[in-house]
Amino acid sequence: MNITELRDHLCEQHPDLCPLFSIEFGDGVLSVSCDKLYEAASGLRDLGFDRLGMATAVDRGETFEVVYRLTSRSMSVGIFLKCHVPRDAPKTNSLFPLWPAALWQEREIFDMFGIDFEGHPDMRRILLPDDWVGHPLRRDYTDDRMIRRPDYI
Amino acid sequence: MAFVDRLGEILSEGGQGGIILTSIDALADWSRGKSLWAMPMGTACCAMELIAASFAKFDFDRHGSFPRPDPRHTDVMVVAGTITRKMAPAVKRLYEQMPEPKWVIAMGNCAVSGGIFFYDSYSVIRGVDEFLPVDVYIAGCPPRPESLQDAVLRLRELISTESIAPGVKHERTLSLPRSGDVSFGVRPGSAEEGDAE
Repeated sequence: MNITELRDHLCEQHPDLCPLFSIEFGDGVLSVSCDKLYEAASGLRDLGFDRLGMATAVDRGETFEVVYRLTSRSMSVGIFLKCHVPRDAPKTNSLFPLWPAALWQEREIFDMFGIDFEGHPDMRRILLPDDWVGHPLRRDYTDDRMIRRPDYI
Repeated sequence: MAFVDRLGEILSEGGQGGIILTSIDALADWSRGKSLWAMPMGTACCAMELIAASFAKFDFDRHGSFPRPDPRHTDVMVVAGTITRKMAPAVKRLYEQMPEPKWVIAMGNCAVSGGIFFYDSYSVIRGVDEFLPVDVYIAGCPPRPESLQDAVLRLRELISTESIAPGVKHERTLSLPRSGDVSFGVRPGSAEEGDAE
């Protein structure tokens, strides 16, 4: 199945998700609002997306973009599922009940970006020490040990 | 005392040949650098060169240096790779388990200064000399196995200036003697050196 066939299939099965689907750089992207994330994700899982390959986040300034990469073994196609969480209240639903692979991935997002996942059974740091202050992949992160790169390099 | 005086005679009578008598500290000083067992603290890509150095093509063993992944059996720790703030306590603990005397080689730019992670990094230690006493630094990203072997030879030169006898320090230069050097084969304090002065 290619991307356009996936779009037709998605519009047929889930007409409400159809206007949120777009094709960026040859990949299917489903960009939803975060309160509809779990709903859309369970719809995609029922459609046949049985594998969560990767979950990450991007600092977009005012918002954090949470990105899930889903693939389907039966349809041989992948899709990106995205939602934007506000920076001042970074909280969204965990997809752990749908794909257990989200367990450590969402812990890493929490570690690096400070996004809280509701419904996650074990929401604590995974890579950094437990007493670490701050979330280092935020663009405004700094601490007194960091050395800023000078402009001339 | 009489037995010690007659020791050579006794051994000769037994058909065992002659013996060499020397002071223990001179023997220990001479032998200490000849068999540096290495603790391979490889954490990143430099470890590939560290592994290559001990295999057949470069043959680390001919310098008496032998990788032994157990801190209690080793003399020199080769820190090869990036050390993060979370890894540093483990490295320090392994170093503390090594028996005295012990030395540290910082291999590669990350172990020397943090390397490419020097700027804008929240997690990387900027050089293992922040928490370990480093004896030899090797630059390179990563260094060639020959560089590591040269570092071991330099460390042997460094060790040969140290003595187990308290307060004694041998006066030797840190450069390796080559056969073309005028000082090659001349021992410090010997007659030829005294004449030159």
